[in-house]
Amino acid sequence: MPQVTLTVNGKSHTVEVEGRTLLVELLREKLRLTGTHVGCDTSQCGACVVHVNGDSVKSCTMLAVQADGAEVTTIEGLAAPDGTLHPMQEAFREYHALQCGFCTPGMVMSAIDLVKKNPQGLSEKEIREGLEGNLCRCTGYHNIVKAIAAAQEVMHGRRSELASAAE
Amino acid sequence: MYDFAYHKPTSIADAVKILSADPDARPISGGQTLLPALKHRLNKPSALVDLSAIAELRGIKRDGNKITIGAMTRHADVASNPEVKAAIPALARMAESIGDPQVRNRGTMGGSVSNNDPAADYPAAVLALNATLVTDKRRIAADDFFQGMFTTALEPGELLVAIEIPVPEKTGYAKMRNPASRYVMTGVFVARTGGNVRVAVNGAGPCVFRQTEMEKALTANWSPDAVANIKQSPEGLNGDIHGSAEYRAHLVTVMAKRAVADAG
Repeated sequence: MPQVTLTVNGKSHTVEVEGRTLLVELLREKLRLTGTHVGCDTSQCGACVVHVNGDSVKSCTMLAVQADGAEVTTIEGLAAPDGTLHPMQEAFREYHALQCGFCTPGMVMSAIDLVKKNPQGLSEKEIREGLEGNLCRCTGYHNIVKAIAAAQEVMHGRRSELASAAE
Repeated sequence: MYDFAYHKPTSIADAVKILSADPDARPISGGQTLLPALKHRLNKPSALVDLSAIAELRGIKRDGNKITIGAMTRHADVASNPEVKAAIPALARMAESIGDPQVRNRGTMGGSVSNNDPAADYPAAVLALNATLVTDKRRIAADDFFQGMFTTALEPGELLVAIEIPVPEKTGYAKMRNPASRYVMTGVFVARTGGNVRVAVNGAGPCVFRQTEMEKALTANWSPDAVANIKQSPEGLNGDIHGSAEYRAHLVTVMAKRAVADAG
């Protein structure tokens, strides 16, 4: 069986997989990192989004063997060791950017990649377009967009603290 | 998904050797089309030959009046490349419109071109830009490359290495997306290169094709008005629950007008 060595959330793992094992299966079933979800399993819903070498990808549409040698970040790898949330996680909490929560890990991972790649700042329309690959079946998009708009100010250092949802 | 052997060669020669020795082995680039097909068990390759470790298949370079895009270059890199944005702006915008950001971070131009899905974007650009498809064995003109639904001139075991594009004067692209799948229902790419105009239509038929009547009209007069009264015949076009062949034929004219306006 093929062997895969990859770094997940800063920790190196060497795992035996089948050729057909998906990256999301490796994460959830071998490494027990179940924060990454499988929604549609057809690369449409985005619940499985993780970062591979700094880019957001759908881990249901990537083989584990294709991640050999890669740096992977999952939702579990965002908060600081002391539990301090990533600004995007904090914004999702502050702006109540979730209802059932199923899409949330993928939304947060996509949102972080989107914000990082657009240091000039994103308009509401650009945020909505940037979320094309993530579906929220509660249809809770409005607060998700507000959370991302607030988080980008902190991530790019334009504000030291998150604007409160009451502002 | 059925299981398969997995190979990750580091040179084109090694990849071709594995593919030639085993007719049931398949190359995998970004996998954004192949992996969903494998999940549905539409395909049962004995082995996948991962092309991602072959450095010479990647990257974009401009050499005088020619832009060469490596087959393994991702949509995200085509979309953000300064040379492509400056020289072939409609191609950069097209790349930015494929799938979603996560698909664009994995999917590759060469994978899409080799697959020749009738509803894919790139084949229209490649055909309208009169690109040359460079394989490990030969050079193929775009006019000879796209042969039918999911069918190209590539022979078994032959690998697309790069896409060479002569730098055009003007390019424009417009498409009508299927509102659910977001794939192309009908798209038109227009390009003027060295004074020659080429118009390629994707999504509407079983394979990308050129609209020669529009090419003549745009050669005489480069403006949306020039194509406004040219009707595409619905004969041979796709008709399905999303749109009839007549509807797609109508869209060819509408998208051609928008594509010329997009080109400016």
